[in-house]
Parts: sequence; structure tokens; C-alpha cells
Amino acid sequence: MNIIEFIKQPWHCLIAGILIGLTVPVLLLIGNKKFGISSSLRHICAMCVPANIPFFKYDWKKEIWNLFFVAGVLIGGFLATHFLSNSNTIEVAQSTKTALAQYGITDYSKLMPAQIFNIENIITFKGFFFFVVGGFLVGFGTRYAGGCTSGHAIMGLSNLQLPSLIATCCFMVGGFFSANILMPFILKLF
Amino acid sequence: MQNTIETKQSIDTRHQDAMCVNDSKLQHPFWHNIKYMFVGILFGITFVKAEIISWFRIQEMFRLQSFFMYGVIGTAVVVGLLSVFIIKRFNIKTFSGEPITFEDKKFNKGQVFGGLIFGIGWAITGACPGPLFAQIGSGFVVVGITFLSAVLGTWVYGYFREKLPH
Repeated sequence: MNIIEFIKQPWHCLIAGILIGLTVPVLLLIGNKKFGISSSLRHICAMCVPANIPFFKYDWKKEIWNLFFVAGVLIGGFLATHFLSNSNTIEVAQSTKTALAQYGITDYSKLMPAQIFNIENIITFKGFFFFVVGGFLVGFGTRYAGGCTSGHAIMGLSNLQLPSLIATCCFMVGGFFSANILMPFILKLF
Repeated sequence: MQNTIETKQSIDTRHQDAMCVNDSKLQHPFWHNIKYMFVGILFGITFVKAEIISWFRIQEMFRLQSFFMYGVIGTAVVVGLLSVFIIKRFNIKTFSGEPITFEDKKFNKGQVFGGLIFGIGWAITGACPGPLFAQIGSGFVVVGITFLSAVLGTWVYGYFREKLPH
């Protein structure tokens, strides 16, 4: 098996974890930057629609590295999907598949379920819930919490910050509630 | 008196979640930012290749039906912990010779309320902010709407923040 073939397989969780963890020291070493992604949403607000809100009145140009970083994440997503992927369907735990099948989610050909994340759903209630409501909660919640999985769960825990541990636990509690109680309820409505 | 305390609290709150405090005092030319883009590219590739951006992986995680995401996050935290420990222990400086600084985060109620709200959104969208960008790059055009809505959510938080419990 040559190296490209090797890379094209889905990566093991240890490899992914090590690479993501290494982002912390790499950003510190190349410019004393703290790993954090949700701040980019704030910088975009500050850049585009500050609207005289104190929270968005700061010199976002000083934080432009963060926008370069997330632009890189987008480009990386493109490169990996178009040049480094194999055509196998995604492997998902059987118990999850059984549960999702009850709600009509059976398409595993892509990383996102085609039955939810497709263009036709934009004008439906399902689309409104999964795209608009979901996205709003992510943007609102991360800023209210002062960080997301990267800023709190990875950077904050790496620096032994108790508030980050509390935030991470709350992320998980919210997610458990949402995936096991809220979403089954919503999906049954359609 | 009450008033001064409130003002101080407000400043503290603003400072501590102000991740917009750029610590670097050095002035770099604009193109220096390209290096962050390269780190981002590697990061994005990892997200896609380990299928972390998959909505299915997030459902597995929150349904406790797969170890995978716990393995990823757990390993990342261990690697991050060791790196930060080594940097602090040996007082390592950046490549351009600046000291590396760490600030302590202060607790406020936002971490609880905001954390719960974000968790709910995380399970619905199958993405935290990082994977959102990688999903769009992967060609899931509709996630663009999720992204715009997330920007709106951040903006609405900024608008109401003085009225929210912190």
C-alpha cells in the first residue's frame, strides 16, 4: 500500500487526536496564538456588522490570523474531500443506524445525512430546525460560553482551566439532551 | 457602591471572554498570516479524514454508541496538556522570540447557560464551529445557512449580552 492509499483510508481516532492536540503548541509557537475557533464568528460580526455594539467594537484586524486559520479549515475540507477521500460509505455504529432509521435517516453515502442536509430542505420546517435553529444555537451558545470545543475543551483543558471543564461538561449535557430527547421528538413530527 | 461593583463585573466579563486580545506585540507584514492558513488546512484535512465533521459521528457520541469522538477529544486534550506543560516548564518562546503567555479564565454563569445552549446546537447541526467551515469546504452547500445563522447567533448574543446573566 503506498502512502496516498494509506492517507485515503479513514483515519484512526488516535491520529486525529494527536494532530488536533498538536495544533495547540503549533499556534503558540508560531505566534503566541490561543487555539479557538468560535471567536472567528465574533470577528466576522465585528468586521461586517458591528452596529455600534460594544461587544463588537474592537480592532478585529489584530485578530485576522483567526480568519486566515478558519479559511484554511475550509480549504482543507475541500482538499481532503476532493483529493484524499475514498468512495466507501461511512461506518456508523449499528445501534445508531437502527435508531436513526426510525426517523427515516438511512443514507450513509456522505458524511452528512442527505435526507436532512439537502438543498430542497431549505424551505421546509426540517431545514429551518436543522440549519437555522441549530446554527443560531451554536453561534449564540459558543459566544455566551466564551468558547467552543476548541477554545474550552481542548485549549482550556490543556491549560487546566476549571471554567473550561465546567463549560465542556455543559456542552456534553446539552448534547445528550438534544440528541436523545429533543431531536427524536422533532424528527417524529415530520 | 452597587453601581461600581456592577461596572467592575461587567469589565471583568468583557475581558475574560474577550478572546480578541491579541498578545503579540510584534508587527508582522500581512502575509505572515498565511502560516495560520496552512495550519488551518492541515486541521481541516484531519477533520474530514477522521470523519469528525460527520453528523453521524456526533450522534454516535451523544448516544454513547461509539468511542471514536471520545478518543479524538481525549487524545487531543492529552497532547495539548503535555505541550502546554512543556512550554511552561521550559519557558519556551515563540519562533520569533516572544514569550508565550497564558491567561486564566474566570468562571461566570455564561459557561453553564451558553455551554448548554451550544451543546443542544452541536447535536442538531452535527458541528461545532470548526467542522462548520470544513463541512462547507467539503461541498455541503446548505451548511452555509447554518454558518450564517451561527454568525447571527453570535451577533444577537453581542446585542443582548448586558441583559443576560453572567
